[in-house]
Amino acid sequence: MPAITTLRAMSSALRNREISSVELTEEHLANIAKDETNSFITVAKERALEQANQAQRRREQGEHHPLLGVPLAHKDIFCTQGLATTCGSRMLANFIAPYDAHVVTRLNQAGMVTIGKTNMDEFAMGSSNESSHFGPVSNPWNTDTVPGGSSGGSAAAVAAGLVTCATGTDTGGSIRQPAALCGITGLKPTYGRISRYGMIAFASSLDQAGTMTCDAEDAALMLSAMAGFDDKDSTSAQRQDAWLADLAEHGIPKLNRSLKIGLPKEYYADLSNGGAIEAVQETLAEQGHKLVDVSLPHTQAAIPAYYVIAGAEASTNLSRYDGVRFGHRCENPQSLNDLYTRSRSEGFGDEVKRRILTGTYTLSVGYFDAYYIKAQQIRRLIADDFSKAFADVDVLLTPTSPTPAFRKGQLSSDPIAMYQQDLYTVPTSLAGLPALSMPCGFVNGLPIGAQLIAPAFREDVLLGLAAAYQQHSDWHLQRPNGVRVSQEWEA
Amino acid sequence: MSWEAVIGLEIHVQLATQSKIFSGASTTYGAEPNAQACAVDLGLPGVLPVLNEAAVEMAIKFGLAIGAEINLHSIFDRKNYFYPDLPKGYQISQFATPVVGKGEITLDLENGNQRIVGITRAHLEEDAGKSVHDLFPGQTGIDLNRTGTPLLEVVSEPDLRSASEAAEYFRQVHGLVKYLGICDGNLAEGSMRCDANVSVRPSGQNEFGERTEIKNINSFRFVERAIELEIERQIDVLEAGGTIYRETRLFDADADETRTMRSKELSEDYRYFPDPDLLPLQISEAFVQTVRDNLPELPDARCERYQQTLGLSAYDAASLSSDLERAEFFEAVVDVCGNPKLSANWLNGELSAHLNSADLEIATCPVSAKQLGQLIQRIDDETLSSKTAKELFKALWAQADAESAVDELIEQLGLKQMNDDGELTAVVTSVLEANPDQVAELRSGKDKVLGFLVGQVMKATGGKANPKQVNEMIRKNL
Repeated sequence: MPAITTLRAMSSALRNREISSVELTEEHLANIAKDETNSFITVAKERALEQANQAQRRREQGEHHPLLGVPLAHKDIFCTQGLATTCGSRMLANFIAPYDAHVVTRLNQAGMVTIGKTNMDEFAMGSSNESSHFGPVSNPWNTDTVPGGSSGGSAAAVAAGLVTCATGTDTGGSIRQPAALCGITGLKPTYGRISRYGMIAFASSLDQAGTMTCDAEDAALMLSAMAGFDDKDSTSAQRQDAWLADLAEHGIPKLNRSLKIGLPKEYYADLSNGGAIEAVQETLAEQGHKLVDVSLPHTQAAIPAYYVIAGAEASTNLSRYDGVRFGHRCENPQSLNDLYTRSRSEGFGDEVKRRILTGTYTLSVGYFDAYYIKAQQIRRLIADDFSKAFADVDVLLTPTSPTPAFRKGQLSSDPIAMYQQDLYTVPTSLAGLPALSMPCGFVNGLPIGAQLIAPAFREDVLLGLAAAYQQHSDWHLQRPNGVRVSQEWEA
Repeated sequence: MSWEAVIGLEIHVQLATQSKIFSGASTTYGAEPNAQACAVDLGLPGVLPVLNEAAVEMAIKFGLAIGAEINLHSIFDRKNYFYPDLPKGYQISQFATPVVGKGEITLDLENGNQRIVGITRAHLEEDAGKSVHDLFPGQTGIDLNRTGTPLLEVVSEPDLRSASEAAEYFRQVHGLVKYLGICDGNLAEGSMRCDANVSVRPSGQNEFGERTEIKNINSFRFVERAIELEIERQIDVLEAGGTIYRETRLFDADADETRTMRSKELSEDYRYFPDPDLLPLQISEAFVQTVRDNLPELPDARCERYQQTLGLSAYDAASLSSDLERAEFFEAVVDVCGNPKLSANWLNGELSAHLNSADLEIATCPVSAKQLGQLIQRIDDETLSSKTAKELFKALWAQADAESAVDELIEQLGLKQMNDDGELTAVVTSVLEANPDQVAELRSGKDKVLGFLVGQVMKATGGKANPKQVNEMIRKNL
């Protein structure tokens, strides 16, 4: 296990010339070569060294962006020009995009070094990283357990110290749940905060890029580089948030008063291991925040509504994988139908097929109103629940996931039980709200997470509150095998 | 039994934007296959559509021109089906909420009546690519250059009652979109295509018969012929005691028939739903007003103006105003010569005849508006007779040089009327001397022989004499 530091510590070591970005990159590559978690699908050795060299030259020319020269891993859902982008699928096993995702472009501009592409559930469909064509990822805390999903590779890589930060995407909890299960900090920003261009679509109205880091301060640094309007994404938000523009320079804005924190009772009803989350409440109360009970009455309907909407969108988003222009193509097609049927049957795994089938079904004539329209109505009710709650409170505190990491194979044969993993993360996704998962304790030696949810475009509240909590706790500094994250650079 | 046909058309108008409706790729026709298909058009993973506002503006123009409601809030939907030339596996279209709502188009029929054709809606969508079946043996080629070209689909009510009405309606929409500058109107390049819904019913019956849809017809002539054939076929089936089934048919111009493409029972479920990659289309009242303020003069207004201020007959005005290029050519001719009536006669007469026999459009006319205007000017000032004017026109046509000077050509060809008294007097005198009998008859009051004598003078001058002048001189010289 390598020595693990925060992004900020790495950044200041680079700035102080304690290490060069090339040396840092070589160190990362050496660690990844010894990786036993299967976190990476592609390691971009030559490209990474080239980028590290570039970063070094930029530094010599006087640049000092906090991300300059810091290695990171991209979830393999972000297109990278000239480097394989598989989305965890056999369908795209040989796909090389001729363009960079907007997120990749932005982080390249900031000078970050792409060390590789991380493993994930196929097309981001899963909560355990077991649906990847490239094999499951192991949770570094216990290799018999899953890291969560779908950004399981990114979460495991950060937890194992292979990288200090990684990108992820969250459609129904795919950043927050693996962050919780791996004991790291995961931020899903507001829908529209970060461009989706070049991020392979699962469910377009829900997909959102975000960050997987050691702590909230590091998340803020990455967010400031990734966020912003993009004219290539019609759903990207035109916002001018001064705090966001100032983040890289001034850090997270200070919480200038005590917050009113809502505890939605529907999220606490079935909590079997409530001790850790209650401790978070106590810590926050000690800091002067006020905790109140609130209700989000339509929470129970969120999972079915989510799986209808996400499935519907996925079923048509994945129609382009037809074996005609790119991606997996079957051998010797005998007819057009044969080409379609075999290319897709061979190229997609079971979970993806399941969602295409259910999505196609819910959009079909005769079922559309009963499923898709009904689910959209529920989506509206859930968003209204949050609006009402936020009329009274500043932020919500909930558990991130119903359980800590479960054993590999434990839920694979029971999709419904697997879908329940998203119970606490899905409602936020349906409402498009920002949410953050931060480590808050352990159950049976496995990390668990607390989720903060804020009104749209108030990531500043999430980051500020999480940073304050992390100043009074050290869960986020704990790593497997007694390793601690160092906030200082140690040569 | 007598039958009545009921026809509605869905016309696909390719909008003349520079770039595609959801990508920045060029829409220029005729490029190398797949040279104008960018990542968005190819449907590569992760790319996203961004709406081209120029297409929206064009749709609004059309809506305003037909007096339709403009829906300030409309939604783009995905129409899902698999086909190799549809890269994303869905077409972005507007299903539940089109940008243009109900409007109407008035047709002037040959019998002098008018037919008001209801427009149900017009919506924006993207075109698909092309499958090329005859280039690679045993394989299909895919050309995605056309993918994402903006289309305005104009759907009419079933208000048309004959094949010729349908063709006239198609022609009228064609004229209108060219007027508005929203489509190049090039039928050969597929800039306008239509699907025709056709049914027949016994005359006097209110309910519609079962209909069939003829797909993808792309010329005025084919619209008329395909519908004619389909009406005949349906009547034959019904009169033989058969039944018409809902189906999609194909018009085969070579075989001169329509035939079954697929039956509607097997038709696909397109699973329409709002495209989550695009926000609802919101249009402001102010934007609509700006488009309205900038609308060009429309055919009806122009027709009215030609009658009121240029003094043209209703027929001439209608025939010159229905097509924008024709109207602009006409106005350019009038600008030069200042004689609208004679200009109208020449455009509808000599010029049209030449264009028709050469199968040319006014845009490719070898004689320029300036030349025709100068020619008419020379008729007006009696330099040319109607006969020499036609000769000159032929010469200009053959020369096909828009820059050549009309007056020089008149000199060169010696077409100038003989207006000089001295020269003409000599000819008149010699003609009178050579025809003493006719002169005597004329003197005795038989005016009929005057024409003969004038004709003799014209013959002797090779048609260059001014007949009116000759007329006067003969009388004077009797």
